[in-house]
This record gives sequence, structure tokens and C-alpha cells, in this order.
Amino acid sequence: MSTPVYLGMPVAPRGVGHLRGEPFPAAARRALADSQLRRNLGRATATIRAKRAAVVGELPDWEELRLAGEAIKTGTMAHLDRYLEQLESQVTARGGVVHWARDAVEANRIVVDLVRATGASEAVKVKSIVTDEIGLNEALAAAGIRARETDLAELIVQLGHDRPSHILVPAIHRNRAEIRDIFLREMGDAPPGLTDSPAALTEAARLHLRRAFLSARVGISGANFAIAETGTLCVVESEGNGRMCLTLPEVLITVMGIEKILPTWADLGVFLQLLPRSSTGERMNPYTSMWTGVTPGDGPQQFHLVLLDNGRTAALADPAGRSALHCIRCSACLNVCPVYERTGGHAYGSVYPGPIGAVLSPMLTGVGDNATLPYASSLCGACYEVCPVKIDIPSILVHLRARHVEETHRPTPEAVTMAAASWVLATPGRLRAGQRAGRLGRLLSRDGRIRRLPPPLAGWTAARDAPAPPAQTFRDWWRSR
Amino acid sequence: MSAREEVLGRIRTALGPDRHAAPVPDGYRTQAGLSPAELLDLLAERLSDYRAIVRRAEPARLPEVAAGALAERGARRLVVPPGLDLPGLDGVDLVEDDGLSARELDRFDGVITNAAVAIAETGTIILDGSAGQGRRALSLIPDYHLCLVQAGQVVGLVPEAVARLRPDRPLTWISGPSATSDIELDRVEGVHGPRTLDVILIGA
Repeated sequence: MSTPVYLGMPVAPRGVGHLRGEPFPAAARRALADSQLRRNLGRATATIRAKRAAVVGELPDWEELRLAGEAIKTGTMAHLDRYLEQLESQVTARGGVVHWARDAVEANRIVVDLVRATGASEAVKVKSIVTDEIGLNEALAAAGIRARETDLAELIVQLGHDRPSHILVPAIHRNRAEIRDIFLREMGDAPPGLTDSPAALTEAARLHLRRAFLSARVGISGANFAIAETGTLCVVESEGNGRMCLTLPEVLITVMGIEKILPTWADLGVFLQLLPRSSTGERMNPYTSMWTGVTPGDGPQQFHLVLLDNGRTAALADPAGRSALHCIRCSACLNVCPVYERTGGHAYGSVYPGPIGAVLSPMLTGVGDNATLPYASSLCGACYEVCPVKIDIPSILVHLRARHVEETHRPTPEAVTMAAASWVLATPGRLRAGQRAGRLGRLLSRDGRIRRLPPPLAGWTAARDAPAPPAQTFRDWWRSR
Repeated sequence: MSAREEVLGRIRTALGPDRHAAPVPDGYRTQAGLSPAELLDLLAERLSDYRAIVRRAEPARLPEVAAGALAERGARRLVVPPGLDLPGLDGVDLVEDDGLSARELDRFDGVITNAAVAIAETGTIILDGSAGQGRRALSLIPDYHLCLVQAGQVVGLVPEAVARLRPDRPLTWISGPSATSDIELDRVEGVHGPRTLDVILIGA
């Protein structure tokens, strides 16, 4: 199987990880038929939209913070090579070990080898989308290593043999009754009288994971930020499972996309305001951990940082789409998106759902492997308005549609139609003849609507009606006056 | 070619020689402009908003207020970091951490620590692992955390706190007790980190 390239840059390889799924229209149609899913999503996204709006409204300088965030990220990408080298030398100087991975396969191999070297057969994991992107849990399982998800939502997903459907709340598609059933069926040590109150379910998860934390030898995490200037890694979370995984094991392995880097320590002053308010709708998330290399007597005494490309340099090579790499994974764009709110995250087929996923996934895999995602949007622009780093998602979607058309050599019905339109509109005579022919369309209509056009135009009416052509054209009417 | 050389090479090819980036606009606030008393009031309000229990104490009354908090909690045997700035308390067994195991820490009624910095606007307390604050596991495993914050440690905004902190220390930012909203976005306080956070603000 050959991996496509964009401007000479290899994209994320096929056959590993979770960046590709079935075409969006087919997956979306199935999701739309699930009324329970739509109820769960509608309630959850409305709640979090209101929370975000309230805490963003508290800050008089929110727009200034967004402008700073956007500029910091633009500057980061412009000198990404330099900042990565700086990060590497700072982490190394403080006792950490830095590994580089061209793609998912290489990153998985590095992590599996590191865990094997410890002799441990189990690792505790902090919620991390990038490890899901590369399919790390499957790679560890194949090597006989059990990866235990410790974030409550990731635990629900893992125990339910399910896929995450949201960046922040991966089990957003499940309601409390479904979660109770999963715990009773899969947990092994769930209390028999478990109710479906969120407090009772949370307590069950706490007890279930407590022993794993206290005996963990290897922790695996992602990173929200890494500071080039100081070599500091930063993870934000709410439950304390992150602190457990980052603090108690002897060995810590952090996998990080190369785009998560920030140039300076002071940049955290901007991003630790933008992220929590956009993400959970809180002034600050309950816990944020920062560590620089290894601290004697405090926390893991071995620290490994894996820097991952996996298609990011292919995204970087596209100047019109590069800013998708600015994403800090807050998920605000998911919660305001009219498409996401109805289809949920699974329909996007990638660990990155919603508007940002519709641009990020095709850029990481090459547009050909996620060709339907740039069309999974009404281009309403709500995502751009809430994005804390001002990623112009609608413009990138349009750009990727154009890339898709250019990169597809087979003429599409759309391209044929447009070519025909250009020929017809070229002279008044052709237009007159064309309009006369179009009147034949009235034979297909009922009540002024055409519900089903014949191929190759059938795609247009699969999801909408076409208006019937009028009995008399404007030109005929004008001439008859 | 090593993966390192290859990834760096891809980045250089992707970006090309023209690396122009505009300067970062710095129109956001870097000073809250509040008086010390206003800072303390705002911190107390914001901490309470995320379900921390806040008490105020003049320096001389700290032992009395701390003893009251512990009595209310029913906590009698607590672990403390070396260098904690708190006199002995009657009827309370304070055990200094000397590298206790995670399981041993799990058996204490709670932990008492000082702090490095607190942020009023976000209701955040920051520990940096120096004297009186201890290693990170200490304020994590016990189910109850009593944190003593000095008025002089309180700043208004996030950028002010970042400027005060030392990046080479392991840092823990705490904003209320551990919590989750993973089930139907209903907030539940108390997951893996301490389920109860008591804060005593020390100042006039």
C-alpha cells in the first residue's frame, strides 16, 4: 500500500491508528437515526456552550488574549525546527530522554520498547488524543502490555469497547443509564447496588482505579503544552488521574505532537487562560501539572518524551491550511457546530471530530483519505468565532475542498456540470436553447418541486428537492412585453 | 537518516526560507490593579465558587483556625511536608514526610501544606515543591488537603503568577477539589485527587 504525499511530505500512514473512517455521509446518516445519541448530544453541547459563554464573558481582554494566542502560534510554526531543538536540549539537560518519531508506527515501537525495558506488564494512562491517534493501546496490547485508561470518560469508552466521540468528553454520547450498565458488566469490581447517579458512578471509578495508581510502575501521557525555552511539559486535567499518572510511577513516557510546543514560559500566561475557559467552561481546570525533566525525590525518576510527526509536517507544508496545527484541543468548535451537534463525533471517523477534525484529519492523512470531511460543514462560521487561537476553519474547509477537486483526476458530476454550464453560458444562443431544454424538467416535477433527478444529477436530490424550472423563462417574458 | 534529522528536514522543506512572523500583540492584562484586600476577597470568592472551603485568619490566630478546620473534618492524623510553617496543634498528630510510600500516604486523614502563589481571578493555588509544600504525591494521595496561603502570595491574574513561578520546579496548580463532568456534563466534586480542599487565607 503506498502512502500519498503532499508537497513531498509523507502523511500519516494507513493501517495504524484512528484518523480514517468510512465516508462522512454514510456514518452521519446512521448517527442521525439514533435518537438517544441526538438527545445526549443536544443536552451536553447546550450545557457546555452556556458555561463557556459565561466565563469568556467575564474577561474584558478575551479578544486581546485570542490575538496573542494566534500570533504566538503563528510565530511558533514559523520557527518550529528551532523550537523543537531548543526543547530537546532543555529536556535532555534536566535528565529527560527525547525520542523522535516519523509516524505512528515508529512512535508505537518506541513506547512499546520503553515499557518492555521496565519489565512492567501494565501502564496507567492519562487521557491523550495523540496516543489514540496512533493506536498506542492496540500496539501495547499486541506486545502483551495492558494500557489502563484512567480518565473517567476514557474508562467508560475503554470498558464499553467503544470509540471516543468528543475531544474533551469522549463519552458524551453515553447517558448515565448506559454508563451504569457498562460498569456493572465490565468493571469486575463495581458495587452490585450501583445506581446511575453521576456521583455513585464516579465513586465506583475511583475505587476501581485506586489500586492501579498506587502500584503503577509506568505512566503514559500526552501533553497540552511544552515550553521550548525551559523544557517544561504541561498537562491540564480535572480528576487527579493525570496527577496520579504523572507523579506516582517510576517511569513516565509522554507522547506529544510536534505542534504542541510554545516558545516561552511567559506564553503559558496566555494559554492557561484561553484553554480552560474555552474547553470546560471553567475559569481554571481543577489541576494543572508542570514538570521539567526529572526532579530527584519527586515523581518519576525516568522521563521519556516522544516527539511525533505523523503527517504534521504535511500540514505544515500547506501554507493555506497550516494554521490547523495551532489547535490546542479545547473542543469549543465542536460544541457550537450545528453538524457536530446532530451527528456526534463518531461520524467523522477520526479521533479529531467536529470542525477542527474536518480540517485536521484530511491534512494529516492527505485529503484523498478523508475526502468527505471538508464537506461536512455548512460553513456557518460559528467555529471560527469561538476558536481561542482564531483558526479560520471555514476558509481552510473551502481550501481543502479545492485541494480535493484538484487532486482528484476522475471528473466528478460537479466538475462535468460546471464545464457544461460554462459552455452553455458562453453565448446567448446556447443559453436560449439550454433553457428551452431545461423546461423538459417540468415533466419530473410535482407541486413545483423535483424530488428525484435522474443520474448523474441524482446526488443533488439525495438530500434536498430541486425547484421545477418555470414554464416561461425571464428572457421569454421580457421579449413578450 | 535518523528520525530526528528527517523530521527536522521535513519542517525546513515545508517552511522554506521565508520565515516571517508578526510580533505578538500584548494588549491583554498583565496586572489586575486590585488592592491586597480586594485580592484576598476575590480569591476567597472564586475558591468557594469551585467548592473549596475558605477560612480567613490573622497570623496570630492561625493555629486556632487550623485546629477548627481539622476538628470539623474529623482529621486527627495528618502528613506534613518538611518545613511547614505551622506550630504544633493540640490533639492532632502531624507526621513529617520522609519518603513515605504511596500506600502509607493513603492511610492518613489528610495533608497540610503551604503554597507558593495563588491567583485571585481564577481561584487557583500553586504548589512548587519547595519547603512547606512537599513532593507532588503528598498533596495528591490523602483525601483531604488543608492549604495555608499567605496574603503576600496572592496575585490577581494568570500572567502575574507565571512571572513569579520557577519553571525548573515541579508545579501543581489546584483550583478546587478534584472534579469531573464526564457523565452528562454534570459536575461531581471528588474523584482521584483530594475530595475536600480547605484553604486558610492568612492576613489581616
